[in-house]
Amino acid sequence: MIAEFGLVALWLAAALAGLQLVAGFFGMREGGEQVAALARPAALVQALLCGLSFLALIYLFATTDLSVKLVAANSHSAKPMIFKLAGTWGNHEGSMLLWITVMALAGGLIAALERRLPERTMLATLGAQGFLALGFYAFILFTSNPFERLPLPPVEGNGLNPLLQDIGQAFHPPNLYVGYVGLSVAFSFVVGALLTRQVTPEFARVMRPWVLGAWVFLTIGITAGSYWAYYELGWGGWWFWDPVENAALMPWLAATALLHSVSVLAARDALRAWTVMLGVVAFSMSMVGTFLVRSGILTSVHAFAVDPERGSFILMLLALYIGGALVLFATRAGTVAEGERFSILSREGALVVNNVALSAILGIVLLGTLYPLLTEAFDVRVSVGPPYFNPVAAIFFLPMLVVLAIGPLLRWRGDSFARIRIPVIILAAIAVVTLLAVWLLADIDLLPLLGLALAAMVAVGSVLPLRGRSLRRLPIAVWGMVIAHLGVAVALFGMAADTAFQQERLVAASVGDVIEDGPWQVELRSVKPVAGPNWTAIEADLGLTYKGAPAGEAKPQARSFWSPPTETSEVALVTRWNGQLYAALGNQAEDGRWQLRLWWKPFVTWIWYGGLLIALGGVLSIIGRVSGDLRRRVAARKIADRKADEEALAAGAGA
Amino acid sequence: MTGQGNSGIKPKHQRLVLLVIALVALVGAGLLAAWALRSQASYFYLPSEIVAEAPAPDQGVRLGGMVEAGSIQTAEDGITVNFIVGDGEARVPVSFTGIVPALFVEGSGVVAEGRMGADGTFVADNLLAKHDENYMPRELEGMSTEEVRAQVEATLE
Repeated sequence: MIAEFGLVALWLAAALAGLQLVAGFFGMREGGEQVAALARPAALVQALLCGLSFLALIYLFATTDLSVKLVAANSHSAKPMIFKLAGTWGNHEGSMLLWITVMALAGGLIAALERRLPERTMLATLGAQGFLALGFYAFILFTSNPFERLPLPPVEGNGLNPLLQDIGQAFHPPNLYVGYVGLSVAFSFVVGALLTRQVTPEFARVMRPWVLGAWVFLTIGITAGSYWAYYELGWGGWWFWDPVENAALMPWLAATALLHSVSVLAARDALRAWTVMLGVVAFSMSMVGTFLVRSGILTSVHAFAVDPERGSFILMLLALYIGGALVLFATRAGTVAEGERFSILSREGALVVNNVALSAILGIVLLGTLYPLLTEAFDVRVSVGPPYFNPVAAIFFLPMLVVLAIGPLLRWRGDSFARIRIPVIILAAIAVVTLLAVWLLADIDLLPLLGLALAAMVAVGSVLPLRGRSLRRLPIAVWGMVIAHLGVAVALFGMAADTAFQQERLVAASVGDVIEDGPWQVELRSVKPVAGPNWTAIEADLGLTYKGAPAGEAKPQARSFWSPPTETSEVALVTRWNGQLYAALGNQAEDGRWQLRLWWKPFVTWIWYGGLLIALGGVLSIIGRVSGDLRRRVAARKIADRKADEEALAAGAGA
Repeated sequence: MTGQGNSGIKPKHQRLVLLVIALVALVGAGLLAAWALRSQASYFYLPSEIVAEAPAPDQGVRLGGMVEAGSIQTAEDGITVNFIVGDGEARVPVSFTGIVPALFVEGSGVVAEGRMGADGTFVADNLLAKHDENYMPRELEGMSTEEVRAQVEATLE
């Protein structure tokens, strides 16, 4: 009954998306006022119905209703409740339903709250949003129905892939989806602005919180995904340039460029056409990401099932949306007048460098990700990994970091070098001194060496905008920028330090052996079997000493899940402020010794602290911008009220 | 306020200049990427291909095939495994130091990432084995040698 209810709600929501499309696009024309009134209510009711449909699916998973195919294939009654709930979106159908639900809720939110733009632009935006949603509804209803029943319910479900039975899994996909969907909202605004020729600073201000929000969620999603891969896969790496990681990185790169250019448009009314183009690119990258992950064209833990029908459907949607938007851009870009001018040495100039560099990196990542798919068409199999991505991306990334350190010191519109000479000299000196010091003291590769030097430069450069300003009266959005830029330095420092200074030991050890790894001494005290709710494991008990002082214990496991039967390596992590000890247990050799893999990873945790700081900067920026907008609106209303009062008074006095 | 940066460019051409800068950077990135992809992409070999035409020892490649039954041997140090990967036509000895994936067993498919040594032994830095029933190394799908395909499918049963 609940499954049927969910399906009906989904069909009705799809119908309302159609209504929203018609009401939006016809309503913006002359004489369309009557249908126009339907656009906002359609978006609101659609959000409600889609949300109910998603709640229905959560309920089916919570109660493990095995007559529903999706539940039977992906859940198990003996699973902990939190993973039953997370299992709702730990599969293809459920994750697409989550996607469309987030999209519908975002559409409802705009329809309910957004009143700053001209109503015609809003109608076009809502119409575009309906158009996007309709494609995804069709995709779910025709190829991926989550509510499909089984004629004969099985006795027990299949279970969830143990790699996904993890608390990180509960939050990682929803995070990324909110990010993707936020970019779809930005895209709808872009289409609305292009259709009604309203590429204005006001449009940028309306779009900015959505871009920032999407970007914050993508940042958190990528940071969490990186940490998940780090401790769950047991390989000790935090970024593999895996196509699925790239699928999340590419929208993030585009969103990072977009949020900087949207700031230029909002503050200075420049970079109009470029911002619009980036809006299209950012959403295209979310679609490319979805296509790569969901079509089964890549095989990974993220690709739930290989289904060519689904792949071609998403490819069709991709071509339709992106092709449509590019045609619209091509026909309308000429009518977007050139914005305000600026000198090359200005805040805008620095942001143009940021945008071009990010776009170049985006292109490099995109080409590297698609290259294996292209060569496969010619029956040549290749894989592209760090030897390509690291150096080629660095060629654009490192110069961009120099501009990141200096750019915020520049004034809008135009500046003179004489004014910023002293801070620039200080920054350059910091970079050079760090470079020389590290180069003399340690023998490390060029990229981590440059990374450490630039991390120091960016760290200092990021807080320089605070110089000479009253910290208490500084706008929140400026704090956001400072903290996000500082986060870049922190993350970069973690990456460079871990790459340069990590120490790995790989040994076969007997019980009682002591292994040295950097400052650590690790004693293998015992190896014994343990059991969990749906797994059994072999667990090693490691006694730890850090620089001669006892430092607790670590218990890595080799786990066997029985439903579905899978083996995973549960690594043990010991975190200190200056890094992490990473221990993984391998197999038992024939002579009874156990394989142990130990890493001392100096400052590796700073990578994720940096990611979180970047996200925090984004959150502060949103708070600053939205509260600024609200204050402005309240002030405008007060002025209007006072005017009305004065007029009433004047009228009263006259009478 | 408008600084010296402006002096060389006629203001009315600013949009064009920005466009040219962006295009040059993007085209440059594209060319750089194309060049790097040709030299840095790691090619996939079957055992018969790697025996017929071995890649240079400094070239990172991937070798995919079946782990020959009875060939896995653990070395003295307890962490190095030596085994033979075959495709029905040729056999290549592989050496790997590290913790092998849980599903690395004799008679199943494997993709080894590494380099071909001068002595004819493939030195692997990483092994990819079947992850779970939904996942296997992509390179093993639809391989040209029918026998390998049949064996891979057999391990998937």
